[in-house]
Amino acid sequence: MNLDLTPFILSFKLAFIVTLFLLIIGIPYAWYLSVTKSKIKPFLESLTALPIVLPPSVLGFYLLVFLAPDSFIGKIAGDLFNVKLVFSFPGLVVASSIYSFPFMIQPIQSGFESINKNIIEASYLGGKGKLTTLFRVILPNIKPSLLTAIIITFAHTVGEFGVVLMVGGSIPGKTEVASVAIYDYVENLDYHKAHIYSAILLMISFLVLFAVYYINYRQKRKYDFY
Amino acid sequence: MIFIDIKKPLKGVKENMLLEVGLTLKKGSFLALFGASGSGKTTLLRIIAGLEKAKGQIIVDNEKWLDKNKFLPPQKREIGFMFQDFALFPNMNIIENLLYINNDKKFAEKLLSLSGLNALKNRMPHSLSGGQKQRVALCRALMRKPKLLLLDEPFSALDTKMRENLQNEIMMFHNEFKLTTIMVSHSPEEIYKLANIMIEFKHGKIIKKGSPKELLLKTSGSEKFSLIGKIIDIIKADVINIALVSIGSHIVEVVISKEEAKKLKKGFSVVLSTKAFHPNIKVLNEDTFS
Repeated sequence: MNLDLTPFILSFKLAFIVTLFLLIIGIPYAWYLSVTKSKIKPFLESLTALPIVLPPSVLGFYLLVFLAPDSFIGKIAGDLFNVKLVFSFPGLVVASSIYSFPFMIQPIQSGFESINKNIIEASYLGGKGKLTTLFRVILPNIKPSLLTAIIITFAHTVGEFGVVLMVGGSIPGKTEVASVAIYDYVENLDYHKAHIYSAILLMISFLVLFAVYYINYRQKRKYDFY
Repeated sequence: MIFIDIKKPLKGVKENMLLEVGLTLKKGSFLALFGASGSGKTTLLRIIAGLEKAKGQIIVDNEKWLDKNKFLPPQKREIGFMFQDFALFPNMNIIENLLYINNDKKFAEKLLSLSGLNALKNRMPHSLSGGQKQRVALCRALMRKPKLLLLDEPFSALDTKMRENLQNEIMMFHNEFKLTTIMVSHSPEEIYKLANIMIEFKHGKIIKKGSPKELLLKTSGSEKFSLIGKIIDIIKADVINIALVSIGSHIVEVVISKEEAKKLKKGFSVVLSTKAFHPNIKVLNEDTFS
């Protein structure tokens, strides 16, 4: 049987780009949330957590409205970068980044919040600047939180369905990721392929989760962290 | 010479107060900051370190650390700071903790061997005892070859024997590197042993200043001989009643009358003193070490 792996490759490409992007913006943003005493903190936290509680169809609908070529954002993307943000891969990246945002931010923020502030001050008093302190002291000491954030974000992006279907459509080779492909096979009554694809996704999801929990279990045994 | 003249409003537990400190300190001094919790001692230490901002002036060896228009960040102040909870970097082993501050391997090894920690240099902090961690923290604080060593209640997490060891070590380093040291402490015993000058704080203000000998002995000399403790049990033994009183890390037995036995209860805080020039002293343990 000829198994088309394109949807999986698309899924992983999407998850990789989204995870990397969210990691880069997530670290400073989560740091800000963990240290700020500003009144807008609960507002920002609610906004961040919104994708967890919102039905994917609601999020997908708003994203379609706001990213459409005649919308403000859609126009900017089209005029400046010549990029179409709906029914396209770049659109999927934008939509997935919003959808997976809380899964990256929340673990990193709680990692930052639980770190002993004295070790940060000890680093400053040792003459080290903020960046050195971040990379040599803070991040290594929240490794379990970072790993959780990265792996859960990746897995969640691979596993999303509603938003990618609405914003991406289901264009084979472009926006038809694995989860959407399964839906299409079921609709076409091709249960055999749906079975295979589903089993692959099930296995990958389990392995990913197992990796997170196993690594954290080993880390906790290795150091008595907090 | 160290010159400090700072002001900072503080939010106290019960009421707000103004921390207001003016003092000059000679090079090589060992200053102890003494006073009740919340009187501003630790805040003063943090202001000197640059971890908190304040109004006023701090000048160390003609270098301005704090001024109207200047705030030297902690990174640029030549300070060694020892935290109450050690604050070792959990992701680095002992020697890495030292080398992170200053990549001078020879000096790190010298410090570790002076404190007898050389055998532990490749261990991770979490596998060390409290006393060992505190000694590593002391070595790490010295890695910058600081002008000023700041100690925030360095002995509070240690037992009596560890305390004594670390006190000796701090004295050794203070003399060896000709440091100026400022220590926050609750213990008159520690202060008497280590410091050559002390300041007592109350509500953010200096209320007493002088040598520990003057201040500590004067206080206890003007009052009668008395110790504060807590009753942990009252025992009836044959015809007498005995109260077990815990004082500091000791427990003493005190014979009490029938009436007193009725009045006193477990958990009461009490003052033990002498009556009519007859001190009633019972030897609890002949080991003079503790």
